[in-house]
Amino acid sequence: MAERKDLIQDITTVENCDLLEAVSDLKNEGYRLGQICATTLADGIEVLYSLEKDCVLKNVKVLVDDKKPQLQSITSIYWPAFIYENEMHDLFGITFKNLALDYGGHFFKIAKETPWNPNAVKAAPPSSEAAEASDSEEQKGGEN
Amino acid sequence: MGKRTIIPFGPQHPVLPEPIHLDLVIEDESVLEAIPSIGFIHRGLEKLVEKNEWPEMVYVIERVCGICSFGHGWGYCKSVEGNMGVEVPARAEYLRTIWHELGRMHSHLLWLGLLADGFGFESLFMHSWRIRETILNIFEETTGGRVIFSVCKVGGVRKDISNEKLNDIENTLRGIRAETTELTNVFLEDVSVRNRLVGVGALTKQDAIDLCAVGPVARGSGLVMDVRLDGHSAYPDLDFAPCIETDGDCYARCKVRIRELFQSMDLITQAVSKIPDGEIEVKVKGNPSGEFVARMEQPRGEAYYYSKGNGSKFLERMRVRTPTNANIPALVKTLQGCDLADVPMLVLTIDPCISCTER
Repeated sequence: MAERKDLIQDITTVENCDLLEAVSDLKNEGYRLGQICATTLADGIEVLYSLEKDCVLKNVKVLVDDKKPQLQSITSIYWPAFIYENEMHDLFGITFKNLALDYGGHFFKIAKETPWNPNAVKAAPPSSEAAEASDSEEQKGGEN
Repeated sequence: MGKRTIIPFGPQHPVLPEPIHLDLVIEDESVLEAIPSIGFIHRGLEKLVEKNEWPEMVYVIERVCGICSFGHGWGYCKSVEGNMGVEVPARAEYLRTIWHELGRMHSHLLWLGLLADGFGFESLFMHSWRIRETILNIFEETTGGRVIFSVCKVGGVRKDISNEKLNDIENTLRGIRAETTELTNVFLEDVSVRNRLVGVGALTKQDAIDLCAVGPVARGSGLVMDVRLDGHSAYPDLDFAPCIETDGDCYARCKVRIRELFQSMDLITQAVSKIPDGEIEVKVKGNPSGEFVARMEQPRGEAYYYSKGNGSKFLERMRVRTPTNANIPALVKTLQGCDLADVPMLVLTIDPCISCTER
């Protein structure tokens, strides 16, 4: 009987400060980024990173505060993570430091800010550079 | 050095049935950079877990896409079944496999038609969709639906297919094999088609790995990856190997899908000959209280289904990561350096499904 690799659920919770190291170690072992998913909990936001190698999944989980959620971007390790991180910014209000491709909060065109996280203080653009760019554009608009 | 210009591609474009936008930075006729924008029609289907009980959510998740709807419904069920430790009867797993492989045929035939339409070969487009109609008829005869079937449920399937009908399906597939071969030979051998696809938009194996590409895009670049190898459902009983091409260009991606079309016919034939008798569903008691990450090999590639329960009738989270979402970085990479005239072919050969992406 063939092994049911799909039933293996390997989920490890790490501290925020250890996220990059945990993801980087998995990349060095040959794992591929599958997806990143955020979930709103009663006491914060849980972010799950799923990585795959030879049909086996390994999941890394971190917990962040829901008022001003902030995480390190993993785009320096897996560039395609920009898709998921911009999505999580727009839907959950999570700010990512050092995000390689930053849409400045305009990845999704949604009517309501951070619909999955009503506790978010304000949906800040994912990085300070984007915030400055946005402020500068607003000022130009105001001058015109 | 020529003048740099930004050409907007989409969200409305003849090769795009659904909205995605690309800002193409070009110099002369070459694309230097492509910046994608999505989110024009984000539907927030995942958020409906707050309003729909988990047994009903399968109807919502099926509507993520009109092409691979069965696979989405199955992926959701697989995730909740894993969450609750439900063991699905073998006959139901075989029936799911048969419908899913029919779905792959239907998706690839649809894509072949769209590709032909994209390079202006209208009769080839019509013949692709004519053959696809046969698959849709099988869906209608076995499920009652042509697009959304609603036969998959947590714990099994809602409808059985009689053994006589299964033999009819096998005969029908045998009947369309010859005309499918004739059709696909045009894609593979016609000079004008090859001129549009061979050597265009090459993605190296290393790029496919680095960009986390999935499905025919990854397999067309020589990457051996197929979720059907993870031992789920009826697949361990069936003899197959992933269809791999190594050139990584538009032609390789097209060839992978054509080979998979015939592979699905073979898988269905094998499944029909091995399907066991027995129950098609088990009764599921209680509510999900854990978390489970399930994956499916959809026609466009690997898809993720994450469910997290809290013991109530409403899931805390349902997440779908669709294949097109994962292939956007690969698209951005292959567009760099291509000719402007080849952009539609490149976009088409990742088989983008924006409906899936905007779940």
